[in-house]
Amino acid sequence: MANNSSSPGGLAAIWRDPDKRAFLYQVIVVGLLIWLVGSIISNTAQNMESRGLASGFGFLKTNAGFGIITTPFLNYSEESSYGMVFLVGLINTIIMAFVGCILALILGFIVGIARLSNNWLIQKTATSFIELFRNIPLLLQILFWYSAVLKPLPGPRSLYEAGQKVFFSINNRGVIFAEPVGQAGMTTVWWSLLAGVILTLLVRWWAKQRQVKTGKQFPVFLTALALIIVLPLVVYFAKGSPMDFVPAEMSRFALKGGVTIIPEFVALLLALVVYTAAFIAEIVRAGIQSVSHGQTEAASALGVKPNHRMRLVVIPQAMRVIVPPLTSQFLNLTKNSSLATAIAYPDLFSVFAGTTLNQTGQAVEIMAMTLAVYLTLSLLTSAFMNWYNSRIKLVER
Amino acid sequence: MASQHQQTGVVNAGDLPDLPAPIRTEGAVAWMRDNLFKGVWNTLLTFVGLALLLYTIPPALNWLIFNANWTGGADACRVNPDGACWPFVTTRWEQFLYGFYEKSERWRINILLVILSIGIIWLAIEKMPLKKYMAIFMLFIFPVIAFFMMFGTEAYVKDIDKALALSAADGGSIFDPIRRLLRVPLAAANLKTVETSQWGGFTLTLVIALSGIVASLPLGVLLALGRRSKMKIISLLSTIFIEFWRGIPLVAVLFMATIMFPLFLPPGANFDQLMRAVIGVALFASAYMAEVVRGGLQAIPKGQYEGAMALGLPYSKMMRLIIMPQALKVVIPGIVNTFIGLFKDTTLVLIIALFDLLGIVQASIADPNWSIKSVPYTGYAFVAIVFWICCYSMARYSRYIEDKLHTGHKR
Repeated sequence: MANNSSSPGGLAAIWRDPDKRAFLYQVIVVGLLIWLVGSIISNTAQNMESRGLASGFGFLKTNAGFGIITTPFLNYSEESSYGMVFLVGLINTIIMAFVGCILALILGFIVGIARLSNNWLIQKTATSFIELFRNIPLLLQILFWYSAVLKPLPGPRSLYEAGQKVFFSINNRGVIFAEPVGQAGMTTVWWSLLAGVILTLLVRWWAKQRQVKTGKQFPVFLTALALIIVLPLVVYFAKGSPMDFVPAEMSRFALKGGVTIIPEFVALLLALVVYTAAFIAEIVRAGIQSVSHGQTEAASALGVKPNHRMRLVVIPQAMRVIVPPLTSQFLNLTKNSSLATAIAYPDLFSVFAGTTLNQTGQAVEIMAMTLAVYLTLSLLTSAFMNWYNSRIKLVER
Repeated sequence: MASQHQQTGVVNAGDLPDLPAPIRTEGAVAWMRDNLFKGVWNTLLTFVGLALLLYTIPPALNWLIFNANWTGGADACRVNPDGACWPFVTTRWEQFLYGFYEKSERWRINILLVILSIGIIWLAIEKMPLKKYMAIFMLFIFPVIAFFMMFGTEAYVKDIDKALALSAADGGSIFDPIRRLLRVPLAAANLKTVETSQWGGFTLTLVIALSGIVASLPLGVLLALGRRSKMKIISLLSTIFIEFWRGIPLVAVLFMATIMFPLFLPPGANFDQLMRAVIGVALFASAYMAEVVRGGLQAIPKGQYEGAMALGLPYSKMMRLIIMPQALKVVIPGIVNTFIGLFKDTTLVLIIALFDLLGIVQASIADPNWSIKSVPYTGYAFVAIVFWICCYSMARYSRYIEDKLHTGHKR
């Protein structure tokens, strides 16, 4: 094959040389690609001109002129710019993705372990949960939670009388609870919480050192519980409960004050968490089952207690199998949060690629920004999970 | 072993009575003790589980079956709002299945559904003869037939006639014989045109999902090969393509298909809304398919590649005859799983105002004649049941294949 130089020259010789042939292929592909991209760009420019569409990112500074139902961390009003709309959407998407991933992970782990339970009833219930929720389209689940469960709930007007104080309520305006307002001594409580966390980390480090040296164990978990929960609580009560819970109050038409979690958020979160948890549960089950039975037996033979056996022998090895597919589930959840647009939860997609695009018509810029955000979120999540994966993966010779 | 220690001292005349089974290791009681009440914790779990089931299952069954309205119309449902309103589905099932497809032409869809089910069953059963040819038919020929049957041939016959008249005015063209040849079957079929805007319901769900998967298979194979190629630029471009489509949500793809795609085309050229959505779905699915196929390619031992090369097979033959048949067989479960995902995701087209099964049910719920409390629940329950049956059976099939493929690795 390599000895092509002896054969007659010309085109045939180039064709028979794999390297030159590969080069030729790539030149053709790149040429086609340049032609395709070039024609797309020129077509787009022509089309935008003929439709009188503006271009450029100047629109980000213009006034948006529409309200958004929930804008955490930002002061958004109708006078804010489209740039602010973008930020509000971004924050809402990130909150949804973050909270969703954590809850889905927890629920997924619980169901996944229940799926392997010795208890027949629990095992079958977990299996039915998984099979039920992962085989029904997510959009249907979102619509179900939103328009069949949350929206038909009674409204605050039928639940409360005017002037009534409400500490916790679930109604068709969402989940409403009393707003915690910190008083003078609250800072000390926060400091004690921080101190508790730092102390726990120190104790954990010290306990590990000691166990390596002497083999003696230290009840780290109980200590952590005491330091992180009991300590701040003690300080809290010692300071005379410096936190007020300001209830919502019923005015003539709606509940005023308090903290409101809008039903769109609750519906989307519920659907995303339940749907993704069903997949995560299967991943967890597969991961745990992938750990050879000999490992469990060896641990038992060494006299390791059942719960330590799971925590110290099985789960760490299972994590190596679990993490890569878990990453893609997190990515799926993040991407699926864009289904918010079906129930108008103001995430990036619905306020920016939806409302803003309709108002300004600047499709190219807006879609480019939106896609860039999703790609970046995907990359960040993968990067984090890859880092975690490389930390826990089997160290091979 | 016993024969080595034959003893002659004690002789039992007749059989000894059977020993009883060890106490309570069989029967319902022992089973329950082992599986439900083994220890305090386990017993507690059983009761929690039981409470959960009692709380959810009987009301659900009651609502879905026992207390449901099975006959009558909207009025019957209005009288009894505490049960599912199945008349809502039974009076509208045709719409849910065919969408707004013209009533007189619905037989065309029926024929296609029959061919489709025969094809799928044929391919799913293992020991059917001529599977290869059936696969080729279903993947390449059936989509073409299905398209013309669904859309109708009238419009195309007219187009060809127009082109023929034009070229005749120009003094004929070399394409004329091809045009005439194409015209024969189209004119013979003589099917009325049904615009894609009239397609809907479960048919549309199937159209989008199936064309997505059929188009994404070859594209996914090409991309997977591209990504593993030794040609740096091709590998890089394939990787970028795959990661781009995998990194964005399908809603964004559909938005791009409706809003951006018309901008990309030369002025004047236009694509049908459904066509654009299908192209978007196919590109999206091909990225996932590429990763599935790549997994299969990686699972093939290197010896297979080396063996093929040692036999002097060129790349195309090596892939076609040695690697791909093995790789594709390994990834059948992965392909089925991708299809399940795609099938569920077709519901998203409701966001770009196409009426798939969910879209049409969603629209029917809003009908003022059926503004009854139980109707939205019934509609969603119906869609959920349809999707669940489809997805669950596909998932079972995929598991079955997986188990068969993994027989060698069982512990």
